[in-house]
Amino acid sequence: MENKEKILEVKDLRVSFNTYAGEVRAVRGVDFDLHQGETLCFVGESGCGKTVTSKAILRLLQPPFATIKEGSQILFRGEDVLQMDKKRLRNYRGNDVSMIFQDPMTSLNPTMTCGKQIMESLLLHKNMTKAQAREEAIHTLELVKIPDAAKRMDDYPHQMSGGMRQRVMIAIALSCSPHILIADEPTTALDVTIQAQIIDLLRELRDQLNTAIILVTHDLGVVANFADRIQVMYAGQVIERGSVREIFYEAKHPYTWALLSSVPTLDKSNKQELYTLKGTPPDLILPLEHCPFAARCEYCMPICKETMPPETVLSDTHKVSCWLQHPNAPKVQSYYDRKAAE
Amino acid sequence: MSEQHLIEVKNLCKYFPAGKKRTLKAVDNVSLFIRPGETLGLVGESGCGKTTCGRTILKLYNQTSGQIFFEGKEISHLKGKELLQFKKNAQMIFQDPYSSLDPRMTIAEIIAEGMTVHMHLSDKEKQERVSELLATVGLTEDYANRFAHELSGGQRQRIGIARALAVEPKFIVCDEPISALDVSIQAQIVNLLIKLQHDKNLTYLFISHDLSMVRHISDRVGIMYLGSLVELGTSQQIFGQALHPYTKALISAIPEADPDSEKTRQRVKLEGEVPSPINPPPGCRFRPRCPYATEQCAQEMPALEEVEPGRFVACHFWRDIAKA
Repeated sequence: MENKEKILEVKDLRVSFNTYAGEVRAVRGVDFDLHQGETLCFVGESGCGKTVTSKAILRLLQPPFATIKEGSQILFRGEDVLQMDKKRLRNYRGNDVSMIFQDPMTSLNPTMTCGKQIMESLLLHKNMTKAQAREEAIHTLELVKIPDAAKRMDDYPHQMSGGMRQRVMIAIALSCSPHILIADEPTTALDVTIQAQIIDLLRELRDQLNTAIILVTHDLGVVANFADRIQVMYAGQVIERGSVREIFYEAKHPYTWALLSSVPTLDKSNKQELYTLKGTPPDLILPLEHCPFAARCEYCMPICKETMPPETVLSDTHKVSCWLQHPNAPKVQSYYDRKAAE
Repeated sequence: MSEQHLIEVKNLCKYFPAGKKRTLKAVDNVSLFIRPGETLGLVGESGCGKTTCGRTILKLYNQTSGQIFFEGKEISHLKGKELLQFKKNAQMIFQDPYSSLDPRMTIAEIIAEGMTVHMHLSDKEKQERVSELLATVGLTEDYANRFAHELSGGQRQRIGIARALAVEPKFIVCDEPISALDVSIQAQIVNLLIKLQHDKNLTYLFISHDLSMVRHISDRVGIMYLGSLVELGTSQQIFGQALHPYTKALISAIPEADPDSEKTRQRVKLEGEVPSPINPPPGCRFRPRCPYATEQCAQEMPALEEVEPGRFVACHFWRDIAKA
């Protein structure tokens, strides 16, 4: 991974929403890098800041409702995204980075044909003539494996099924061959068989076009199959990060353990009680001085409720923020020990 | 035999008019039974008729043809008091906890509404029962006077469950009760459903497209494709050794939270999508996507046959496929 170009760097990203109730700190200091051709997954419960982080990368969060805090940095190939002017930003969105949204049923324009919606970005970004754009759009639709692409170009979204619409969304996102593709829960609205098709398609496209992909999801099954690196988020922070194997087989954070054990697997017996986390994530309006997971953590120690844990480096890629990693912390029975004991 | 079945469905069909003298065959010739205290999982892709099937069994839709028996009694022609009695015994938990609760009613009113219709209780008794039900689903009494918008998705789904339990039903249709929820909340709701089944000896029809959850909660599983059952058997049979090519493909498409086994796993890939139920292909419905399809599949629709006691498959070639 080292020899590949680092195309995105996010440093200390903080995003707040201004509401009547007060300032909601949705993202609280997120750092990560993204290299060419790799897949990075954001995993976590709803409201943990995964979608907000990915929208911030595209600067889709509008002030004054949302503010990206002073000191946050988003660097695309060394260029500061937060300092871009309107013209550069328009070029950056779509041409350099593009996004697939969660719900294929509502994110397409119902009054435009699918072909037009793909051509729109080509006409804007690539200075093509209409005829060229049309040809390119057909080509993109073929790339995402829509049969009879030339004919389906003139269909409206309602004439297509959910899987097809998601393909059109991917085609729109890919039309300008971006360097980074952000996929925000691209398969949650789809059936398993179609989900498998879409994931295969994304993988193929990544390998063919060498696009970096940020996949936002809560489905650990999809992640296991597709990710290179994983970043587990909780209450607006990254609490553990690592390669796929490190997160699935050597996870160190109790929250990651909880996520892993709440999925029913094929070796668990029928109707056995599934592991559940008690309580709810912390209210993001309140300031957090200590570990955000402390209130729900079964290994919670006094220090967890006082000071934020530092990020412990376990390997080049594997980092975890938890006091259990401190040399003086007690040894606890991990998810893996428990699983082995069963 | 049928004495021990709580629900028995024979050759159930539900057609909808689809304009221009066409019909949409949402449920076509489905037969199944559910024993008391058992969970039958019903699985399939969207649009395959699983929800319609569940709703028709509850008489929320009138069937086009076929028979439904509840405790051995035909229910299609029930009227008045008898129908009311059936509706008390058979309840439903809906898919979307956001739209299935009336935003203008308090939680207590939502839960008590069924009791007003089906049971003769004083206001005080109702109130007590509401608190009792809230405790059963793991919420505190304080929620009684709140409104649905004040609750999270998981809490709302608990209210949906409390509402279904309020009239002490014997049978509950759970229509994708967890698909709108987060993974960690899904586990909580499934645990709750299993516990309630245990405590109250409930019978579930559990409709879902999440195969791993269905496998977890169900005693028996039925797989639907385009309005018809293609396979029916115990959970172990279906997930241990699927016989129908569609079931095989469906099971192999479940993503598993284990990177190593994901890499080595053999997948049966399905091309294309479910055809429209308005003009279903002649012969076997699954033929256009089936890797084993032959001329015979285009001609005849395979019937659901019992291949082992309690195990049903609708495929001409299941024997050959099982060998391969």
